[in-house]
Amino acid sequence: MTASEQRKKRIERSITVRSRSIYALSSWREMTFLLLPRAALVASLCILPLVLGMYWQRVFCAAAIYAMLALAFDFLAQFVGLVCLGLSMFIGLGGYISGGLNHYWGWPIWLSIPAASLAGAVLGTLALVPCLRLRGVYFAIISFMLPLFLVSLIIATSILGSTEGISSLDNLPNIWIEQYLIIGALLLVLFGFRRLVTEDFGVILQGIKDNDQAVKASGIDITAYRIKAVFLAACIGSFCGAYLSHLYGWLGLSMFAMDFSILPIAATVMGGMGTLAGPVIGAFILTPLSEGLRGFGQLRVVLYSLLLLGFILYKPEGILNYLERKYFQFERWEKV
Amino acid sequence: MAGELMLAVEGLWKVFGGILAISGVSFNLHRGEVVGIIGPNGAGKTTLVNLLSGFVKPDKGSIRFRGERVDGLPPHKIASRGLVRTFQIMRPFHSMPAYKNLIVPLNSPRVRKTRAGALGDLDSVAIDILEEIGFERDARVPYKTAGSLPLGYLKRLELARCLAMQPEVVLCDEVFSGMSMSEIASMIPLLEKMQMNGITLMMVEHRLRELFKLADRVMVINFGEKIADGPPALVMADPAVKKAYMGAEGQQ
Amino acid sequence: MEIIIYGAVNSMVFMLVASGFALVYGVSRIPNFAHGAIYVLVGFLAWSFLNDLKLPYALAILLSLLVSALLGVLIYRFVLMRLRGMPTSEIIASFAVSLVILEGLRLQGIAGFKGFIGPFYSLPPFLDAKVKIAGVFLDWQRLFILGLGSLVLLAIYLFTHYSKAGLKLRAIAQDEQAAMMLGINSDRAAMMSLALGSALAGTAAILILPLGNLAVEQGYHVLIRALAVCIVGGLGSWAGTIIASLVLGYSVILSTKLFGGVWESVVLVGTIIVILLLKPSGLMGKQKELEERV
Repeated sequence: MTASEQRKKRIERSITVRSRSIYALSSWREMTFLLLPRAALVASLCILPLVLGMYWQRVFCAAAIYAMLALAFDFLAQFVGLVCLGLSMFIGLGGYISGGLNHYWGWPIWLSIPAASLAGAVLGTLALVPCLRLRGVYFAIISFMLPLFLVSLIIATSILGSTEGISSLDNLPNIWIEQYLIIGALLLVLFGFRRLVTEDFGVILQGIKDNDQAVKASGIDITAYRIKAVFLAACIGSFCGAYLSHLYGWLGLSMFAMDFSILPIAATVMGGMGTLAGPVIGAFILTPLSEGLRGFGQLRVVLYSLLLLGFILYKPEGILNYLERKYFQFERWEKV
Repeated sequence: MAGELMLAVEGLWKVFGGILAISGVSFNLHRGEVVGIIGPNGAGKTTLVNLLSGFVKPDKGSIRFRGERVDGLPPHKIASRGLVRTFQIMRPFHSMPAYKNLIVPLNSPRVRKTRAGALGDLDSVAIDILEEIGFERDARVPYKTAGSLPLGYLKRLELARCLAMQPEVVLCDEVFSGMSMSEIASMIPLLEKMQMNGITLMMVEHRLRELFKLADRVMVINFGEKIADGPPALVMADPAVKKAYMGAEGQQ
Repeated sequence: MEIIIYGAVNSMVFMLVASGFALVYGVSRIPNFAHGAIYVLVGFLAWSFLNDLKLPYALAILLSLLVSALLGVLIYRFVLMRLRGMPTSEIIASFAVSLVILEGLRLQGIAGFKGFIGPFYSLPPFLDAKVKIAGVFLDWQRLFILGLGSLVLLAIYLFTHYSKAGLKLRAIAQDEQAAMMLGINSDRAAMMSLALGSALAGTAAILILPLGNLAVEQGYHVLIRALAVCIVGGLGSWAGTIIASLVLGYSVILSTKLFGGVWESVVLVGTIIVILLLKPSGLMGKQKELEERV
């Protein structure tokens, strides 16, 4: 039986079809079927900190940070069409500003973190504004250069701790706040983005991707929308940076490390570009993986990049789309 | 019918590389008029629309919309003032349902300002607009993916996009192209209704017979220059126009 | 006077480094973020050829150049070609390739691979001597950069304007669809452009690396320089690349003289921002301005 006589056929599961209509409300089975993935995600995020040991709790926090960065990246790349290669810039900005406010001016962290999120977002967006009028390539180039530029600026001017960084920043009060602050932020961002892209804002962004001339001819200022989108992503990144500086109690040049730029991208590609939840899953897979490979040092960046390339070339749909397919459909071979 | 002066164009020049696309075009447009823009292929008609709508900046000359200069402004600002255009090559937001296409113009600053709080649910406003222009609500046409609609509907969708902006002047770039006579016949009432609602129309067209049913006035553009401007009958009798369309011999 | 000469050399450095990226982008519209990685990789390969394989100098150079062109072709064939038409994926993929190469070169202890860490690596200059020109001491290597660099650029010019293959590249660069309708294979052109672009990166590496140390960080510096030149000059404009190289080359030399070397990135990024604000399509990107603006 040669391949041309058989083909793979995908059929929706019966429960998928039954769950489509409003009558799903009347069936526990169907409601569970629909809500299970979402509930599982939220529940596992909330429960894990309770069961993990101290070391893995820190890893969990890191994974949540990467997940938020991946969300920001996915949003910008798939919904706005801007590939941000320098996510570490936002981490660095948020971390340095919050740490700086805390260290030099004695601001308490519940003040410095929000302030740093906003300030970092403003600065980051301003730095990127000049290229938002132009095609996406420019954004990729500039976003790539900015973290490296900021690092050399800090070294050149020897401010803010230069190469050593600053330690002895205030830590977060206790382990539970550490965990649930970031989880709360992650869930907020995840569901917030979901909401945003289905609302008018998302429709306009989609329109910009489909046909930007028509959007301009409809009276919409594309640059303004891009600025808003970048500001949103920048807020998220800066918050993560600010949080990070108080999680470990120090700030330093490693906040601008390539890790923060590449892991979210790898997580997004692996998880499924454009799905928003996929990057989160990708981040929670990659971060523990990278933790486990800590002994290999720089090899990890190579690993993320290779994984990224593998997925983008051979399985571009990503993990989430794959899982979704399996969940909602089944396959069988059929004679043609 | 000299109403308000909507568009005053003076001495418009545009050069692309080595090609003189528009040279010294001037005209006026008053409220409620339907003016046709005709001319042989490549004469510069679409360039003219691009210049008026801000997609191309003129090298020389001025464009005044209701008294204010708009040449040099980016397209979204010009559209926000009420000067909107259709696109000759139809590319709707193909991945969305038809009515979602209208969400974009309904979110523009112009609509936000004029309709302010009275808008309510944008989705239903969008569907109402589509129904008015002939998308049968019962047949669920407004909910179909824009990319799957046949040409006649796409043309209407394009007009709907303009109408959603509550425009003052609509520049129609070959809205009749690609449609059969009966389809055009069903679109003409729509355009007439727009005119009755106070919208000024400027229509670039090749389908002269259908255009002359609507237009009070016609301008002929040839090689970037305006060579005639007047009522259709007079313009078509003009020897210069005949020469431009038919060639030097004046053959049919 | 010193500034004039060193500035000229620096400008040539910028030009050599940027031309590969500009060529690839101009023809295939792919931003090859792996450009800097190829530069450094070729440098290390040449070092290996010279020191580990003990090949004669000329052979090592030649081999390195060939390998660099081959690298470009491989990157296109196995990574970028599958992603044509999806600009987001192209950017992400070329960035990933760049990281694989650059960070991979830092590896130690995998299968006996020593890893290229430390300041011990350098390529020998062509001629280890100085010469006096107009009262300024200049090493021969810098002179070679000026001379050979100009030759290389001239060669590219001749190739793209007078050879069949080169004309095909220019055709694709100007209007891809029209060129394809004339029977020019877009994939082949892109592959050729990547081969040439990588060869240019390799040439630049061979000429410039002997001036200093061979380190992985160079990969990032070089990429930043190339990107800066291309943006300031206008993506896709040769005249712009030349002018931008001069502008940036001299600015950096001046700032290094006045304030010290660490401020180079500031000068580069500052110039980029100024250009983006004033003339976004680049200094010479006149015609393309409409395309550049969203």
